[in-house]
Amino acid sequence: MTRPTVDLRPTTQPPMPRSRPIASFFTRPQVIALAAVLLVNWLLFPGFFTITWQDGRLFGSLIDVLNRGAPVAILAIGMTMVIATKGVDLSVGAVMAISGATAATLVTSGVSAPVAVLAALGTGLLCGLWNGILVTVLEIQPIIATLVLMVAGRGLAQLITEGYIVTFSDPLLIFIGTGSFLGFPMPVVIAAVLMILATLIVRRTALGLLIEAVGVNRSAARFAGLSANALLLIVYTFAGFCAAISGLIVAGDIRGADANNAGLWLELDAILAVVIGGTSLMGGRFSIPMAVLGAMIIQAMNTGILISGFSPEFNLVVKSAVIIVILILQSPLSARLFRRLPGAQK
Amino acid sequence: MIDSSERPVLEARGIVKVFGQHRALDSVDFTAHAGEVHALLGENGAGKSTLIKILTGAYQPDGGDLLLDGQPIHLRDPLHGQTYGIGTVYQEVNLLPNRSVAENLFLGRQPTRFGLVDRKRIDAAAKDLLTRYGLDIDVRADLSDYSVAVQQIVAIARAVELSGKVLVLDEPTASLDRNEVQRLFDVVRGLKAKGLAIIFITHFLDQVFELADRVTILRNGKRVATQALDTLNTTDVVRMMLGKDVAFDHHPSALTGATKGAVRVEFQQLGRKGMAPFDLAVHEGEVVGVAGLLGSGRTEVARLMFGVDTSDGGQIKVDGQPVTIRNPAQAVAAGFGFCPEDRKIDGIFGDLSVRENIIIALQAKLGWVRALNRDDQIELAGRYAEALDIRAADHDMPVKLLSGGNQQKVILARWLAIDPSFLILDEPTRGIDVGAHAEIVRTINRLREEGLALFVISSELDEVVAYSNRIVVMRDREMVAELDGDTIAPDAIVRAIAGTAPGKPQEARP
Repeated sequence: MTRPTVDLRPTTQPPMPRSRPIASFFTRPQVIALAAVLLVNWLLFPGFFTITWQDGRLFGSLIDVLNRGAPVAILAIGMTMVIATKGVDLSVGAVMAISGATAATLVTSGVSAPVAVLAALGTGLLCGLWNGILVTVLEIQPIIATLVLMVAGRGLAQLITEGYIVTFSDPLLIFIGTGSFLGFPMPVVIAAVLMILATLIVRRTALGLLIEAVGVNRSAARFAGLSANALLLIVYTFAGFCAAISGLIVAGDIRGADANNAGLWLELDAILAVVIGGTSLMGGRFSIPMAVLGAMIIQAMNTGILISGFSPEFNLVVKSAVIIVILILQSPLSARLFRRLPGAQK
Repeated sequence: MIDSSERPVLEARGIVKVFGQHRALDSVDFTAHAGEVHALLGENGAGKSTLIKILTGAYQPDGGDLLLDGQPIHLRDPLHGQTYGIGTVYQEVNLLPNRSVAENLFLGRQPTRFGLVDRKRIDAAAKDLLTRYGLDIDVRADLSDYSVAVQQIVAIARAVELSGKVLVLDEPTASLDRNEVQRLFDVVRGLKAKGLAIIFITHFLDQVFELADRVTILRNGKRVATQALDTLNTTDVVRMMLGKDVAFDHHPSALTGATKGAVRVEFQQLGRKGMAPFDLAVHEGEVVGVAGLLGSGRTEVARLMFGVDTSDGGQIKVDGQPVTIRNPAQAVAAGFGFCPEDRKIDGIFGDLSVRENIIIALQAKLGWVRALNRDDQIELAGRYAEALDIRAADHDMPVKLLSGGNQQKVILARWLAIDPSFLILDEPTRGIDVGAHAEIVRTINRLREEGLALFVISSELDEVVAYSNRIVVMRDREMVAELDGDTIAPDAIVRAIAGTAPGKPQEARP
């Protein structure tokens, strides 16, 4: 009676880095696209790559791209995991507004800043949990389920601020939006830390694989004994948490909470960043760092158009052109075309 | 009765349909006469639905001719078929549930008044129409307010109104209870008396004998027979459907003498609505095979065992200890594995690698915190790929690139990796090539010898006979017979499936 056995050694060895040679990183369409956008920016504005050190922090257009791109990058980190499960979260922009409104209203009514920050983050978690419950327990399609909070969220934020733009002068909140650490702007530091932590957590545990499995085939995931609902709850809650962080940054940056405009349409930029980063809207394989890279591509274009003196209207047109190029590069059609080219195969 | 010299309303001659390498239909002839109910029978993959789709215009044949009233026709699509008088009603009513009954009946041809839909006229006409079908209902209410049976009759009424020569009923009774089936049959008999040619597809043999005049049996894309039903009995029909003609491989005698191990799993009074409660114990080192036609409840039993569907009551014991299984995760925790019938939908993760597909169930069982590291994964995947001879160039390639047989072995490997105590295989050899087929059968035998308890569902009777210690026979969502030892004989199985002479009857149900 020898049944097949499995020995499970404790997992002390470092888990896999995705085994891809460094060279292939630089041939990825996203990396090429970012390089191209940066190059164009440099041609339009020769000082683009100049970085100076002033008052204990770094300044320059490149730093500005990182800084301005951070809120969307943070949203994209949460959004990546949601999209990997074949879902989408349209409410993150509204959750940013709720989070900012919560923190601003609390500090102006005399609550201490750390408590206000924690309360804002908690609100984000609750918003995400709400989305997760709609998607899992009520089995509403993600796009509709999160549309509820996308619409209602701005209303909630306005109720919290009672319709005003709540301004504040609390140093902690302002530091989150505009401070610096080791020379880098705080938003960049927060985004980088979050990216590294999230990547480590999903790749060092089995979370990443299980999320991908649910996204690839939810029915097969159920048959294989996965608790898809628990994973979906985690993922949506995390997306809400990320949105709350972005909301704090945006509020700190303008020293006030604007329920109407904070995070407006940023959910779309976040989805775009994820898609540019190569995570399919059909779910499955995902990469958090690539989504962050996607956010940076979007911001590099925004910044480039602003500093080159074109009118901002151009931004939208140029942005969509670049997006189309990136998506074509990623499409199955171009994969087939490349395969036909001799020597293109690795 | 049908006069065979009479010209058929709809005739198909030498229909051929090829999908890729696979000949789904191979010169199939079919005729439907006015005023007859012609049943179409065959197991999954026999070509029934392909033939129906060609007759209604959903598919174009790659060869052969369609004739309506003796004139050749070419159907572009089902709508085009409708203009020729060929209407179809599917198992899932494909009408608009949130519109009124009357609107559904007249959708696309509403009578109008001053360019506006004339509601009153629609309602009156609908009322009048349905009375002829024995329905007296409020036609202004939403279709979804009514039972599936009523919806079916509405669908039939619409199809007959639109077409009126040939009516195709594709498994119309699958989700109806007995009374509703009778009601539907009354309607069908009425239409038959009016001279419609009715083509009736179902899995329920008793319904075929009750309603149909003639039957055409398909197997593996070929027509086996077309005969009047009064010349046939159920056993004949089952034999033709399964096509084994007593040419079974004989049951290995070594199996019958094998000593059983201890009881591994025990199911007591598991059941749910539409599925009679059953008792079953599976021992260590035993394969319990399941025989029965499609729709007999084979897969439903497996789903109940694995917690995919939850049982309305009863108990499950593993090694004598009661366990709760209300979802697949709990079943996996109890050491169960399940290779589902539909590999693509319920089994493989197409975009994930072979390695990930193999370790996924074990990883799910361990939970997300205790990740199998890469070395463990490679080792596990390597071991089971070798044990089951999975042929993949590389275990990091997406599993969707493998052949069907290798994909099936990957799913088997996934379950062996959790060190299962009980394994359920639903049609493990469907849709895979002959070589892989033999390997899967050998693997089942080997796992049994290694002491695993297995529950194997298969439509291939000779296959079930080849590896089962015991065979339970299912009919009408009920375990109707259990055969073991010397009673495992092809004839006995066929008779038990047909319900003419059950083997050892199971204990009477309360």
